[in-house]
Amino acid sequence: MSVADPIAEGLARGWKAIDAAMLTRDRELEFDVVVIGSGAGGGVTAEILAQAGFNVAIVEEGPLVGSSDFRMREREAYPRLYQESAARQTADRAITILQGRCVGGGTTVNWTSSFRTPPRTLAHWNSAHGLSTMTEAALAPWFVRMEERLSIGAWLTPPNENNDILRRGGQKLGIPTASIRRNVKGCANLGYCGMGCPLNAKQSMLVTTLPAALDKGATLVHRARVTRLVIEGDRVTACEARGVERNGAGTGTHRVRLRAKHFVLSAGSIGSPGILLASGAPNPNALTGKRTFLHPTVVSGAVFPQKVEGYYGAPQTIYSDHFLDSQALDGPVGFKLEAPPLHPILAAITLPGFGPDHLAWMKRFPNLQVLIALMRDGFHDESQGGQVVLKSGWPVLDYPITDYLWNGVRRSYLAMAELQFAAGAQTVMPLHEGARPVNRWKDAKAAIEGLPMRPLHSRVVSAHVMGGCAMGNDARNSVVNEAGRHHHLANLSVHDGSVFPTSVGANPQLSIYAITARMATGLAQSLKG
Amino acid sequence: MPTRRQFIKVGIAGAAVFATVRWLDRSEAAPATNYRFFDAQAIVMAAALVPVVLAGALPEEPRARAIAIREVVEAFDRAISALSPAVQKEVDQLFSVFRFGPSRLAFAGLWEPMEEAPVEEVAAFLTRWRTSRFEIQRAGYQALTQLIQASWYDNTTSWAAIGYPGPPRLP
Repeated sequence: MSVADPIAEGLARGWKAIDAAMLTRDRELEFDVVVIGSGAGGGVTAEILAQAGFNVAIVEEGPLVGSSDFRMREREAYPRLYQESAARQTADRAITILQGRCVGGGTTVNWTSSFRTPPRTLAHWNSAHGLSTMTEAALAPWFVRMEERLSIGAWLTPPNENNDILRRGGQKLGIPTASIRRNVKGCANLGYCGMGCPLNAKQSMLVTTLPAALDKGATLVHRARVTRLVIEGDRVTACEARGVERNGAGTGTHRVRLRAKHFVLSAGSIGSPGILLASGAPNPNALTGKRTFLHPTVVSGAVFPQKVEGYYGAPQTIYSDHFLDSQALDGPVGFKLEAPPLHPILAAITLPGFGPDHLAWMKRFPNLQVLIALMRDGFHDESQGGQVVLKSGWPVLDYPITDYLWNGVRRSYLAMAELQFAAGAQTVMPLHEGARPVNRWKDAKAAIEGLPMRPLHSRVVSAHVMGGCAMGNDARNSVVNEAGRHHHLANLSVHDGSVFPTSVGANPQLSIYAITARMATGLAQSLKG
Repeated sequence: MPTRRQFIKVGIAGAAVFATVRWLDRSEAAPATNYRFFDAQAIVMAAALVPVVLAGALPEEPRARAIAIREVVEAFDRAISALSPAVQKEVDQLFSVFRFGPSRLAFAGLWEPMEEAPVEEVAAFLTRWRTSRFEIQRAGYQALTQLIQASWYDNTTSWAAIGYPGPPRLP
């Protein structure tokens, strides 16, 4: 069966799309609203504004690619669809960040896990950060709206073995687990979501809101890196972008200048603060880029006697919030347990060591099971997150891993190893340069207690960048208000995960969809005024 | 126990030395023909690292082995060229450290050039860097090993040995 490619079809129907990498001259364009970024926040915003009748431009750093380009090959997907070839790292190289860079942003390559913002997180945003309108009740209709729009629902196919081991291990230990809802329609349970869905089953921005906006006449400028906003007084008058080089590493030669009445930053939690800093946007309290969060994530590998085949089947379908729910928000850091998809490159670079030790694990690849623990950062005084800074004009996240988080790393390793042994693992190893494989829970416990907790010893990864342009009602401690409007620039909004005052404590896509849908709807009303 | 600040200081000093070595390095900046990043000498050094990082994983038969090493070095080169300019610069500095006898000896503990050093010594240098007390060496170790591992396991010829059947056929 050949799969229809909605991107190829849309272009054939006459979508307005400009590939800035192929420009032969500088361009100057004018719109009602320019949306910078086409991921969860930008996609939702573009659709709502285009449907409200505004002439919208969407500017995206990555390429416009569709299902016919998605061939389930890591070597093609990572350089093409991810920031810095999926090797983006924090300033000290201690945390590797998986972040999308293509039309649809992270939603094109994420693993489809869909959670509403946890009520405890919203309550904390109210009590500790003064957000009065982000209540469970006020957001409920926005969650419902986006769940319907993106076909978010229960996943009824049995989990793959990689996920089922999380369920069974939890059951043995009395640790509750539950099923993850997913944004899919007609999913064939392939397992290659992270390389772009070849069937258009994943209801990413690429196949939902962006096509809807383009059908309404929006213009997409892709392979265009926004270098700065032009600011005059308290207004943004233009946004300047440059075409990127073919592999996305460098900057091309031609410029695009976009003028508009209003600008929306949806470039993500490294991109949005980065653009504000590069533009010299008003930043009287030096908050832009501060309190950027990652859900720092650590990994535990296990070999099972049976085949696990973690490369096949929906990547994330089971989770446990036991170690979040059982922790006080102001106590030791809590963590969410999930299982990630396993493919050769990602497995090879995440497993520690080299030579024969590394090969021994790779040779058990079909029997390899992996758990991840995502730490809920930003809820405690000793977890202030990182800071986005500019380094030769490029945004870089400096994220120190504090002792508070290292304590969580150790507890995560213990919890994952115990669960893996309970589910029948033969061998377990925390992914840490100092760890050795062990065959009994008792030995794992002793080994983990003795592991040094230092950057670049423990493998720490992140797929969720949040914060950096925190929302709040007091300009002394926030960058934008609860409507997403910048406190000091009259015609600038921020609609993406960067507005969160802490991490979410759950995979963030649905939080971004719902909160930016509300912001965009409010913006459309206020622009119509 | 050194504090984070002390580690950062040592890291910055290390980074300054790396940058200085790069500045002293007069090798031509232009990549070799058909390469995007590596010059001729870097190709030879990378080809010496590959069989150590991938010990046991590469084919034994000499011709197949030579082809595999060449393909990994080419993929390594492509991978570096797609990284951010800042990271490319760091990898470039790392290779400069290996080019110069004094810096190679001081930082990697290798008397001989990478391509002439016995594989045990190259492996020993990687092992020292793996758990070094200096972040810059641990970061260098991770960059080298991960780029080489990624370059091998993106090659379909590596899949049979690890039992990966490859992507499924579309329904």
